[in-house]
Amino acid sequence: MVEEKEVEKKEEEVKEDKPKVELKDELLDELKEKFPGAIIETRVQRKRRLVAVVDKESLVEVCEYLRDSLDFDHLSSVSGVDYEDRYEVVYHLWSYSKKKLITLRVKLSKRAPSLQSVTSIWKSADWHEREAYDLFGIRFKGHPNLTRILLDDDFKGHPFRKDYPLVETPLFNEEK
Amino acid sequence: MGLVAFTKREKIVELVDKNPIVKWARAKSPWMLTFGLACCAIEMMTAGTSRFDATERFGMLPRASPRQADVMIVAGWVTKKMAPRIKRLYEQMPEPKWVIAMGECAISGGPWFDSYNIVMGVDKIIPVDVYVPGCPARPEALVDGIIKLRRKIME
Repeated sequence: MVEEKEVEKKEEEVKEDKPKVELKDELLDELKEKFPGAIIETRVQRKRRLVAVVDKESLVEVCEYLRDSLDFDHLSSVSGVDYEDRYEVVYHLWSYSKKKLITLRVKLSKRAPSLQSVTSIWKSADWHEREAYDLFGIRFKGHPNLTRILLDDDFKGHPFRKDYPLVETPLFNEEK
Repeated sequence: MGLVAFTKREKIVELVDKNPIVKWARAKSPWMLTFGLACCAIEMMTAGTSRFDATERFGMLPRASPRQADVMIVAGWVTKKMAPRIKRLYEQMPEPKWVIAMGECAISGGPWFDSYNIVMGVDKIIPVDVYVPGCPARPEALVDGIIKLRRKIME
């Protein structure tokens, strides 16, 4: 009985006293200084989780700076997202020395989504970009081998797009 | 069946394939080509362990090569990328051969009945003899399926 009352009191205190703290990170400020036009917005999610929306044209510059000067040497994943009005490509970069994860988001148009590839910077982007091409149709310029990776080589369409019809399709897309 | 065997091959078929001793031998030692593709493969593996012992006590030695196998147990979903390869492996198995379709995905596409990349049942590609339902098929269900296959081989 006493423990319950104590817990209730603690919950009330927490709800009343919690101010909205805007977390800051000097790494994002450094990035914004170096690339004033390229970084569109930044956000700090938690203590070591940073998010930055990057302009499409200067993505490679920003990535090279992140890898060389700021020690973000591990590209965890490249994924595509399909929103209502745009596509986005999301890069997750991890820094072993600083132990921080930064998420870069690049907005692309729905018409002909294409982007410069970062395979020259991190080799692990190779297959991730092939997957984004296979499932979303996002073309990566400068990719060494942009072919389908998960689906059949002569599969027609890009299934992860929201307007791909989910019906039972015939056994083979072409007669084999 | 009452037909007169004209050629030598038909005589051999009558002598060999319908011989009860040969049928007994084939039923008691069907060597399997394990085609574990997905989660049903885990259940097939546990069925082969000592608790259920589904495979070894029925004489089902697992062989990696289709040339040495009698039964192909398709465990898991078959994608359209995999489908021509399954067909080729089935054609590489020597006669007589049987197929067990294990799990919902191999029977009819399972949870992916409206998918863009899954074959709706492996019987769209190869002829299946025994269907073992379940998602995943319990090891006891696989044992039941193997017993039914043995009865089918014995006719």
